[in-house]
Amino acid sequence: MVNYSYISFVLIIPLVVFLITGLFGKKMPGLSGILGALGMLGAACLSYFVAYQYFLVDGRVDGIYPTVMAFKQTWLQFTPSLKIDIGIILDPIAVMMLVVVTTVSFMVHLYSIGYMHGEERYATYYSFLSLFSFSMLGLVVSSNIFQMYMFWELVGVSSFLLVGFYFTKPSAVAAAKKAFIVTRFADLGFLAGILILSFYSESLDFQTIIHNMMDYNGTIFLNANAASFMGVSALTWALCLIFIGGAGKSAMFPFHIWLPDAMEGPTPVSALIHAATMVVAGVFLVARLFPVYSQVPAALDVVMYVGAFSAFFAAIIACTQTDIKRVLAYSTMSQIGYMMFALGVSGYWGEEGLGFTASMFHLFTHAMFKALLFLGAGAVIHYVHSNEMGDMGGLWKKMPITHIVFFIACLAISGVPPLSGFFSKEEILTAAYQHNKIVYAVGLLTACLTAFYMFRLFLMIFWNKEYKAHGRTEHHGEAPMTMKLPLLILAIATIFAGIIPFSMYVSADGTAVESHIHLREASMAVAAGAIGIFSAFFLYLKKNERPEMISSAFGALYRTAYKKFYVDELYLFVTKNMIFNFIAVPAAWIDRNVVDGMMDLIAAVTENLSDSIKSIQSGKISSYVMWFFVGAILLSMMIVYAL
Amino acid sequence: MILDYLSLMRFEVLALGAVILLLLIKVFSEKMNISAILGFVNFSLLVILGASFIGRPHGSMFGGMFLNDGTLMLEKSIITFATLLISLQANNWLKNHSSYLEFYLLLFSVLIGMYFMISSGNFLMFYLGLEMATIPLAALAAFDFNRIRSAEGAGKMILSSAFSSAILLFGLSLLYGTTGSLDFGTVSRNFTSGSLSLLGLSFLLVGFAFKISAVPFHFWTADTYEGSPVAIATFLSVVSKGAAFFIFITILYKVFGAVYEKWIHALTLLSAITMTIGNLFAMRQLNIKRFLAFSSITQAGYILIAVASGTKEGMASIIYFLLIYIFSNVGAFTVVSIICDKTGKDDIDDYKGLYKTNPKLSIAMMIALLSLAGVPPTAGFFGKLFLLTSGASKGLIVLLVIASLNMVISLYYYLKVVKVMFVDKNENPIENISSHISAKIVLIICLIGILSIGFINCIFEYIHALSFGI
Repeated sequence: MVNYSYISFVLIIPLVVFLITGLFGKKMPGLSGILGALGMLGAACLSYFVAYQYFLVDGRVDGIYPTVMAFKQTWLQFTPSLKIDIGIILDPIAVMMLVVVTTVSFMVHLYSIGYMHGEERYATYYSFLSLFSFSMLGLVVSSNIFQMYMFWELVGVSSFLLVGFYFTKPSAVAAAKKAFIVTRFADLGFLAGILILSFYSESLDFQTIIHNMMDYNGTIFLNANAASFMGVSALTWALCLIFIGGAGKSAMFPFHIWLPDAMEGPTPVSALIHAATMVVAGVFLVARLFPVYSQVPAALDVVMYVGAFSAFFAAIIACTQTDIKRVLAYSTMSQIGYMMFALGVSGYWGEEGLGFTASMFHLFTHAMFKALLFLGAGAVIHYVHSNEMGDMGGLWKKMPITHIVFFIACLAISGVPPLSGFFSKEEILTAAYQHNKIVYAVGLLTACLTAFYMFRLFLMIFWNKEYKAHGRTEHHGEAPMTMKLPLLILAIATIFAGIIPFSMYVSADGTAVESHIHLREASMAVAAGAIGIFSAFFLYLKKNERPEMISSAFGALYRTAYKKFYVDELYLFVTKNMIFNFIAVPAAWIDRNVVDGMMDLIAAVTENLSDSIKSIQSGKISSYVMWFFVGAILLSMMIVYAL
Repeated sequence: MILDYLSLMRFEVLALGAVILLLLIKVFSEKMNISAILGFVNFSLLVILGASFIGRPHGSMFGGMFLNDGTLMLEKSIITFATLLISLQANNWLKNHSSYLEFYLLLFSVLIGMYFMISSGNFLMFYLGLEMATIPLAALAAFDFNRIRSAEGAGKMILSSAFSSAILLFGLSLLYGTTGSLDFGTVSRNFTSGSLSLLGLSFLLVGFAFKISAVPFHFWTADTYEGSPVAIATFLSVVSKGAAFFIFITILYKVFGAVYEKWIHALTLLSAITMTIGNLFAMRQLNIKRFLAFSSITQAGYILIAVASGTKEGMASIIYFLLIYIFSNVGAFTVVSIICDKTGKDDIDDYKGLYKTNPKLSIAMMIALLSLAGVPPTAGFFGKLFLLTSGASKGLIVLLVIASLNMVISLYYYLKVVKVMFVDKNENPIENISSHISAKIVLIICLIGILSIGFINCIFEYIHALSFGI
């Protein structure tokens, strides 16, 4: 067994870079970008090395990949039984996430050198980026649920800082606030879930929790199942509450409202946080606790239905949006929905665990092609200086490389073989078909919609009409090399990532599962994608009247989807009209009058008391001695008569 | 043999040696360089402090009159350390004072008195030590020869002290009469809960209450603090009070531990009124020295909670708190002394706008005051936490509620001073003061102590290992 303790450097490097760029960045603005990128490159290389050692050198022990504690330290010891450790856990999903996070983060660091060039708070941007990378990496290797919760919140904070990076823009500030508050609200569920789960499983440590909960006849598992609240067992409550936290971070319905607004942040940040890493934290959380979830079908059903609904719901909205980043945001939400329902349909043992593998596989491939899409969109925005589709069109001549890589990514997300997206999506749909036909149908329909809105996006940007520069003279070429290189690397990853025999490495119970293409499901999925792609070409290749006609034919439905089903308005109505009026206003009144009034009363009483006894301290020694004598007598009386 | 005795009495012998040397200097070489003498004095205090780290003697002398062990050594080194800080703080003031030699002669006498008092194993020795620690101190309080208030404060102190001594002696003679001995061990064995012996105990308590300035035996404190030089006010509030607490718990636990039920209620009441009245008076003070005087009365009230608990944890928390209190109070008084030396101003209103002209002094003062108020993460918080915890372990809930209320009130007036320094505007604030190097050292030591002690676990554990309960 190899010693993995060097893995802590993957965490230490971004932290050190964060401190250096945060403290001294102002003095060396140019350097901080290079420093950040180099640091992330180091972390990425380390992660690849870990993956190589873990999967290929060490390999399986007794047919499964072992869970390695690379580092463990007792941090807070409250009582002999209650303690909080801090540690680094390595298992297949953690190693996979390390690779994903460091890769995408390195690409984004590199890309930002060009994209953020000339920005006033360039060094600050890099320090925030490093902080985020540190927190995200810490989250994926957390060995216990409390440590994970801390990193979870740190991720939230650094995301808040990055979304609100352009803090002079009111919309960016509002978006950052919204993202923070909505996820914070969901985290309340997470915290409650943690407390319930650790109370019943008598541990905070992932391995101990899983061990205790997998023991069907053990008292701990039976107790957790027997205790019930409102007819639902404590274990189910805990898992559902934890899922609420995951749903908040992963932008699942109904907590999705923050994700589209979070696009106010710099585009590379969206690629890192809102496509590849932070938003999949919820999926990762469920995957981390999957052995426990697999014991509780009800909780898994919740995960499945929420995932499937979000996937479909977001895909419909994505078809109507005109801001390219928002289209990508809803597409992300939809794809994460896929991952969620794949977990929801999965079992634990052997072949039944196909959904789990598929979900993790999709997480992996999605990270690559979605980061590519965002970075490509960033290049477009960098060139056009606008997010609106209407300002684009016909860019294929001006931006040939971006055009090609974007095309590849669109094919991948639409599930066209042999690109990576095809393999992972096919696996998800197969798993869904075996478990639940309705979810399978929703998934298939969503796949069709996905292909449609992605190619609508692609064609609207690069084809459709001739590009007009809107009065601006062309001041630069397509993009600097630092921006093109990550695009190319990610494009290569997008093409070839599907060839990895993923199920050999990552599976629910750790055993190797042979995966094979199921011809029927595969052809259905490809057909669905093809329908979407062709209809997009039919409508958007050249500028014509057809899209207008269709949208007006759908009328109310189109408008509702365009307005994102009025979910935001509903939230606003509930918070402003109900919560503010019925809770906040009375609470403020009580605070002003009762709480403050009590304080004022205490102050007044003290003041008066103080004033009324001032004469005792007269300055005359005779009166001092008199009081002295009184005190002595009282004291003696108390002691002698034992009052 | 003689070496063993010297080792056992090292504090007393070394301090006595310093006194003799100072006398010789006074008689034979009056014209010596002031700085050299001050340096010698501080060095000898450092030597005494250092001597406590060599070996841990344990034993008794003079037929049980004088005891020494690890706990007493620790207590003595704490008061020596505080004296050293105060001596450094006073350095600049003494350089311009005509009678600096006499100052140190008296100071060392007080110190010797305290050493004997802490080490006493017999009420006679205790009384001798107590008087030796009090009478020269009254002389020191009058050391600002030009200010009539200084003389007034000293006069009030010596009169109150005489009154308290009279009551104390009355109590001791009652104890002797009922138990037939003045030896701690014998008194403890022969003590019965008869009215006479209990009366003796209560008069003894009155004597202690005077030394720790508990209400209503505290009236002299404010006048004396205000009148005396800042260094002596610091000494009174820190060293004098600390030494009194040390011997107080020793006697209370060792000699009267068996009759815990008899004195616990009296002590609880004393604690409650001490902190409440101290607070109510502290609120309305306009003079910074009087303000700190009442604040120190309140702190004594908090300490009495742990005294009343009578446990090993209680004693450990008292010693720990006093150590922290030294850093906080000496820190605050040092700022006062720096400003008072240069400008002669000591009203709270004079501190308005201090932050604008003297940011470093203001921040030091703020940290010291926050520690006195017990705001985390300063050491004062941990000190108070342990005091309250030891009280809670004995179930003194009513007392704890009163203490918590008082802490809230005290926060108000400590922060009021901070507000005066940082927020209030002033037409002609105190000018920028460049403080003397020795005062700077004291401030730095105090700030390091305030900010770090709470986090160094081994200090409390060390003290705890040396403590004892009833």
